[in-house]
Amino acid sequence: MSIVQNFPFFSIILAMFSGIVSSVLSGKKARNLSIAMILAVFVLSLSTLAFCWGTGESYTYWMGHFPAPWGNEIRAGILEGVTASLFSLVMVLSVIGGMGHTEQDVEASKQNLFYIMVDLMLSSLLALIYTNDLFTAYVFVEINTIAGCGMIMIRQKGRSLSSAIRYMILSQLGSGLFLIGLSLLYGVTGHLLMSPAKEAVTAIEAAGAYQIPMLMIVAVISVGLAIKSGLYPFHYWIPDTYGYATPTASAILSGLVSKGYIFLLIKIFYRVLGQEHVIASQIVNVLFVFGLAGMVMGSVHAILQRDLRRMIAYSSVAQIGYIYMGIGLGTQAGMVAAVFHVFTHSITKALLFISAVGLYEASGDRKDYHSLRGSGYRARLAGIGFSVGALSMVGFPMLSGFISKLLFASSALQTPGKRLPTLIALAVSTVLNAVYFLRMVITIYSIPGKRTVKTGQTGADAADGTERQNAASDSGSTAGSRVRSTWNLRLAVLCLILLNLALGMFSQPVVRALEAGLEMFA
Amino acid sequence: MSRPKDHIETSRWKRFQNWVNGETDILLDSMEIRQPEQPPEEEPISGASPDAGEAHPYTPLWVRPFQEGRSLRYFRRWYQVMSVLVCLGMIAALLWTVAYLPPFGDPANPANNEVAARYIEKGLQETGAVNMVTGMILDYRAFDTFGESCVLFIASCCVLVLLRLDAADRRMSAKERAEREKKRREAETEDRVFEPRHDVILQKCACVLVPLILVFGIYIVLNGHLSPGGGFSGGAVLGSGLILYLNAFGFEKTKRFFTGKVYRRVTLCALTFYCLAKSYSFYTGANHLESGIPLGTPGAILSSGLIFPLNICVGLVVACTMYAFYTLFRKGDL
Repeated sequence: MSIVQNFPFFSIILAMFSGIVSSVLSGKKARNLSIAMILAVFVLSLSTLAFCWGTGESYTYWMGHFPAPWGNEIRAGILEGVTASLFSLVMVLSVIGGMGHTEQDVEASKQNLFYIMVDLMLSSLLALIYTNDLFTAYVFVEINTIAGCGMIMIRQKGRSLSSAIRYMILSQLGSGLFLIGLSLLYGVTGHLLMSPAKEAVTAIEAAGAYQIPMLMIVAVISVGLAIKSGLYPFHYWIPDTYGYATPTASAILSGLVSKGYIFLLIKIFYRVLGQEHVIASQIVNVLFVFGLAGMVMGSVHAILQRDLRRMIAYSSVAQIGYIYMGIGLGTQAGMVAAVFHVFTHSITKALLFISAVGLYEASGDRKDYHSLRGSGYRARLAGIGFSVGALSMVGFPMLSGFISKLLFASSALQTPGKRLPTLIALAVSTVLNAVYFLRMVITIYSIPGKRTVKTGQTGADAADGTERQNAASDSGSTAGSRVRSTWNLRLAVLCLILLNLALGMFSQPVVRALEAGLEMFA
Repeated sequence: MSRPKDHIETSRWKRFQNWVNGETDILLDSMEIRQPEQPPEEEPISGASPDAGEAHPYTPLWVRPFQEGRSLRYFRRWYQVMSVLVCLGMIAALLWTVAYLPPFGDPANPANNEVAARYIEKGLQETGAVNMVTGMILDYRAFDTFGESCVLFIASCCVLVLLRLDAADRRMSAKERAEREKKRREAETEDRVFEPRHDVILQKCACVLVPLILVFGIYIVLNGHLSPGGGFSGGAVLGSGLILYLNAFGFEKTKRFFTGKVYRRVTLCALTFYCLAKSYSFYTGANHLESGIPLGTPGAILSSGLIFPLNICVGLVVACTMYAFYTLFRKGDL
C-alpha cells in the first residue's frame, strides 16, 4: 500500500488532533495552528486526488486490523478527493477572511474554543466525505451539529443565541430522522458498512421483500438530511443563523456544512440504497418539487430583506433548492450538475459573506441598503468581490454560476418528464436572483446623496447651486474616503475571486472529474 | 350546597389546597431555615435581547396580521393542532413500518449474520477482551468510539462557551469590565447563598460514600475489558462521586486537586493518548503491519492490548466532563 493512500486518514486525524491540542493554546496560537492544519489537509487531499486520478480507481482503507463487514473503513476516490480539496480551500479562506471579526466578536479568553470548533468541523466534514460506514457517518454528523451550534452561539450578542437554539432543534430533528433511517436499514440488512449493506439491499430488492420498510428508509434518510441542509420548507433556521453569526462561521456554515450533508446523501443514494432503487421509490420527485419551490421562494424572501447578510442567507435557500432540483432530476447529468453547483455555491457564498464584511466595515457596521450606498468605492476590493459573487449567482458567463446553470439546463433537456418545470423555474429564479443581487450591486456603486441633486434645472438659482456643492462635497467625502480593509480580508477575497473565475473558465476538467467520480461511486 | 364559612382561610381544606398548590411550605415552622439575605434580582439575559446596533427587526408582510392578539391566538392554536397532527402522522407511519420489519428475536433475522457471529466466536482471541461489548467498541469499531469521545469533548467546549465567566480582559471597556466583575461576584454570592454549606449530615454521609463511589468507579473503569462496564459508565460514576464530595465540602476542598488547569491537562493528555494510540493501530492495521502490542492472557487485568489504557482515557474524559458541567452550572468557573 502506497503512502499516499494513508492521506485521507491522516487528514481526518490531523484535524481532530489539532482540535484537541487547541484546548490548551492561546487564541492566536490556536488560530495559526488551525490555518496551518487546514492548509496541510488541502495538500493531503490534493495528493489523494492526484493518486486516484492516476490509478483511475477508488480504494478502501481499513480503520484498524479488521476487514470490511467487521471493522470501520474509509474510502477515497476522485469525487472524494475533489470535494475534500475544495472544502479545505474554502474553509481556510473563510477563516483567514473573517479573522479580524472573529477577534472582535469572540471574547479573548474563548478564542481558542472557536478554533476548536473550526478544527473539529473540518474533521467531521472530511469524515462525512470519506466514510464508508453508516454509523461513522452518524457520529460525525453529531460532531458537525454540535460544532455548528458552538460556532453560532460563540458570538454572544444579538439574536445569535436564539438562532443557535433554533438551529440545534431543527438539526437534532434531522439527526433523529437520519438515525431512525439507519436503524431500520440495519434491521433489514444487518450491515453498517456501505459495501456489504448495498449487497444486502440489492438482494432484498431482487427478492422483492421488505418493500414498505425500504420506502420508509429512503424517505426518512432523505428528509432528515434535507432538514439538516436547509431544503425549502425546513429553511427557517437559515436566515437568523447565517445572518447573525460571526462572518467566518456564516461562511463555513452556509458554504460547507450544508454541503457536507448533501454529499453524504448522494453517497448514501449511490453506495447504499442504489440510485435505481431511489429513483423507483419516487422520493427523488419529492426532492425535485421541494427544490423547485425553494428556488423560487428563497429568492422571493431574499428580495424582501433589507439587511445585507440576511439577504445572502435567503439566497442560500434558493441555491440549496437548485442542488436538490439537480438531484431530483434523477439522471447522471443532473447529479453532475448538482455536485458542480455544490462547489459553485460554496465558493461563491464564502466570497459573498467575506466581501460583505469589507462592505459594511466601510459603512460603519450597518448592513441596510441605505447605509451601504457607495460602499463599493470605499472598499474597492470588497466591492469587486461582492459584484463577482453576485454576478456568479445570477449566472454571468465566465463565472462558475454560469456553468452550473448551463449544466442544470442541459441535463433538464435530457429528462423528458421534468424538462418544462425545470426550465421555467430556472428562468424565474434567475430573474429573481438578478433583482436582488443586481439591486445590491447598483446600491454599493451609487454615490450617496445623489438624490438631493436636481438634474432638471442646471444652476438656475444660488440655493440650488449650494445644495449641489454640498452634495458633491458630501459624496466626495463619503465615496472618496477609502477604508483600507485588512490584508487578510483582501487576500481571502482575491483568492475566492480567482477560484470563482477558474471554476468558471476551466470547468471541463472539473466536470470530467465529477463524472468519473460518480462512475466510481456506483 | 354548603355556605362558605368565614374562617375558610384557616380551614383544613384550605391548608391542604395551599399545600397541593405549593403555596405553603410544610417545613416552614418546623425547621430552621436560613433565608437568603438579599434575593438576587431577576435580570434579563443580555444576550437574549437584540442589541440596537445590529438587529433591524423586519417582519414580513404576511406575519404582521398575526401580531395582533386575536389572530396570534388563532395562529398559535393552528400551530398546536398542526404539530400534534404531524406527530400523529409520523407515529402512524413508523408503526406501520415496524409491522413489516423482521420479528423480534428470530434467529433467521438479517441482523444475525456473519458480523455478529465473528464478534461472538472470535472476539476473545482477536481483541483479548472477555467483555465482548468493550472489544467491539474499542477494537473492531474504535474509530466510531473515538468520534464519540470527540462528541463529548466538543459538547463540553460548547458548555464552556456558554457558561464560563472569564475574568475581564484588557480589551474590554471600563463599563463592560465592571459588569463582568459584578457578574462574577454575583455568581459567587448566589452559589454561597443557595448551596448547602457545612451540612453535618451530608458531610458524614459523604465521608462514608465518596470513597466507596470512587473505588467502585475505578473498578468499573479498570475492569472494563473483563466485566460489564468500561470507560463511559465508570467515568460517570467517578464524576458523580466528585460532585457529591464538592457538595459536602465546598469548593475550598476540591480546589486543592481540581482546578481549570487540571481539567484542561487531564482532558488533553487522555484525548492525545487516545488519538496517538488509535492512529498507530489504524495505521498498522491498514498497512497490514503487525502492531506488536501483546494481547496478554484473556481474563488477566493487564490484557487485551490497547483496550485497557483506552478505557482509562475514556473514563478520565467522562469524569472530568461531568464534574466540569456541574461546576459551570453552579458558578460559571471551574
